[in-house]
Amino acid sequence: MARIEVNHIRHSYLPNPKKDSDFALKEVHHTFEDGGAYALLGPSGCGKTTLLNIISGLLHPSHGQLLFNGRDVTRLSTQERNIAQVFQFPVIYDTMTVYDNLAFPLRNRRVPEADVDRKVRETLDMIDLASMANRKARRLTADQKQKISLGRGLVRSDVNAILFDEPLTVIDPHMKWVLRSQLKQLHRRFGYTMVYVTHDQTEALTFADRVVVMYDGEIVQIGTPAELFERPRHTFVGYFIGSPGMNVLPVALEGRTAMLGAQRIELPGVPKAEAGAVELGIRPEYVKLGREGMAVSVSKVEDVGRHKVVRANFEGKEIAAIIGEDDEVPAEPRVRFDPAGINIYAGSWRVEMGA
Amino acid sequence: MEKTWNNKAWFLVLPVLVLVAFSAVIPLMTVVNYSVQDTFGNNVFFWAGTEWFEELLQSKRFWEAMARNLVFSFIILAIEVPLGIFIALNMPKKGWGVPVCLVAMALPLLIPWNVVGTIWQVFGRNDIGLLGYYVNALGFNYNYVQDPVDAWVTVIIMDIWHWTSLVVLLCYAGLVSIPDAFYQAAKIDGASRWAVFRYIQLPKMQRVLLIAVLLRFMDSFMIYTEPFVVTGGGPGNSTTFLSIDLVKMALGQFDLGPAAAMSLVYFLIILLLSWVFYTVMTNYDAER
Repeated sequence: MARIEVNHIRHSYLPNPKKDSDFALKEVHHTFEDGGAYALLGPSGCGKTTLLNIISGLLHPSHGQLLFNGRDVTRLSTQERNIAQVFQFPVIYDTMTVYDNLAFPLRNRRVPEADVDRKVRETLDMIDLASMANRKARRLTADQKQKISLGRGLVRSDVNAILFDEPLTVIDPHMKWVLRSQLKQLHRRFGYTMVYVTHDQTEALTFADRVVVMYDGEIVQIGTPAELFERPRHTFVGYFIGSPGMNVLPVALEGRTAMLGAQRIELPGVPKAEAGAVELGIRPEYVKLGREGMAVSVSKVEDVGRHKVVRANFEGKEIAAIIGEDDEVPAEPRVRFDPAGINIYAGSWRVEMGA
Repeated sequence: MEKTWNNKAWFLVLPVLVLVAFSAVIPLMTVVNYSVQDTFGNNVFFWAGTEWFEELLQSKRFWEAMARNLVFSFIILAIEVPLGIFIALNMPKKGWGVPVCLVAMALPLLIPWNVVGTIWQVFGRNDIGLLGYYVNALGFNYNYVQDPVDAWVTVIIMDIWHWTSLVVLLCYAGLVSIPDAFYQAAKIDGASRWAVFRYIQLPKMQRVLLIAVLLRFMDSFMIYTEPFVVTGGGPGNSTTFLSIDLVKMALGQFDLGPAAAMSLVYFLIILLLSWVFYTVMTNYDAER
């Protein structure tokens, strides 16, 4: 296990990057603590797989340093870094049995056959495939194959970290839950450093202790699931996490008050931003629909099962609110913003609020 | 469920039946007909029974041609398959090199067979041929018109030049279908270059290799045009393969009966060997 320091890493797939937009990874500076479970969350093309491949050594960064437990590994090959990686599509060696698949990484490293046998049997128990040891690997189901991919990482006791690149994409929905909870269990029992790339917020929030949200080649926020929900640092995090995403409204500031059209919205504190054009972010969960407050016109109500999502027009802007499954939309609907859920953004970044 | 009996369906298969009848069944039956009769011309035929078959199976000339054919097929398979895999492995996977290599590989396949023969016939001549002249100038006594070994070498090199591309293209198609993740996983597992070939590339190429071996075997066993143009089956009978012998017998000597018997035996041998190849390789596939 290792602590992984990503030290001002930039990466471009172009030979001579000049502008900022030439970089797939603009500048990432972060430490993955030993034994932590991290998720890298972001939309397609945000650089999360690039970052993962830089950690595993499949890519070498254009700039910056990578340290494992303080040791510089930037120029080392994947093999020398001792990393395990599970890919989007299960990678198995078709012609081998399940047992031989797991033994493969050890045999490549010339581990004595007695140790190989012991380790492989331990790993088979860990991933629940002991009964299939002698089956041909290619006859298994997708989730079993994905477990073999994982097992090939677990079988080496000294791996520095286990990296996952959207590993559940091809798995059936009901098996996703099973595999994810098994992963969590492995993490708790053995304390591996795990980094998990995904664009699925549910997967990220349920798997990780800390979620790293990436957008356009940069890390925009690192936090616990609760922090990402309550205090999104960037409007992107607000949009991307939550269903539906955060409402972001352009407002003008005046001390403790934000003004949108004719409406005046009371803020929990005085934002530490220049008075002027800023944005107000509020999650649909904090938009209270009722008979009092500011007038809105409801355009659509979506019943999603556990609750209803109300789409409404508020001073010419679209907003969403969440009401209970049994609540009705009043005849003359009005909304109130719960101050606890209000965040203020200047230039898309969150600003603190004073007393 | 109630089954509908309706003989109108026969009309739907009629076109293909007629086509197959005219292109395959009727000519084949004509050959069968010739093979059991004797004729001295004037369209007068006498019943000969199995006489031609017995004669053929006892003829030294037939078995020698067959042996030459088998040796030839074996040699070109032993060279073209490994060479084809080797070239496919070393072809670029992306960039401008891909179309260049693909076109270069496809070129020999696009040339008509008799032209391939003519090219090598001239190329190998020791008076004006680029190859023949310089090989002799280097001190080797090379003359495919007189020396059986030289004739064989020429025919084999010509076949390799002509057909290795087919194996290359098939293998290449198998190789590019392997996702990058396999190579990345192999790197992470610390696999050697040989292990990557043995456990990733070879298994993924297996199906196309089966097709390549089958095609090359059948084609080489039926080879006619190129050696006919280059050596005409000589010197002596040293490059007289079954098909060349068959044409000599049927069109040169106009021995319809023996030639028909030989065609049938030849056909059955190719069918049998192809079936054996196919069964062995697919069974091997199923066992794994």
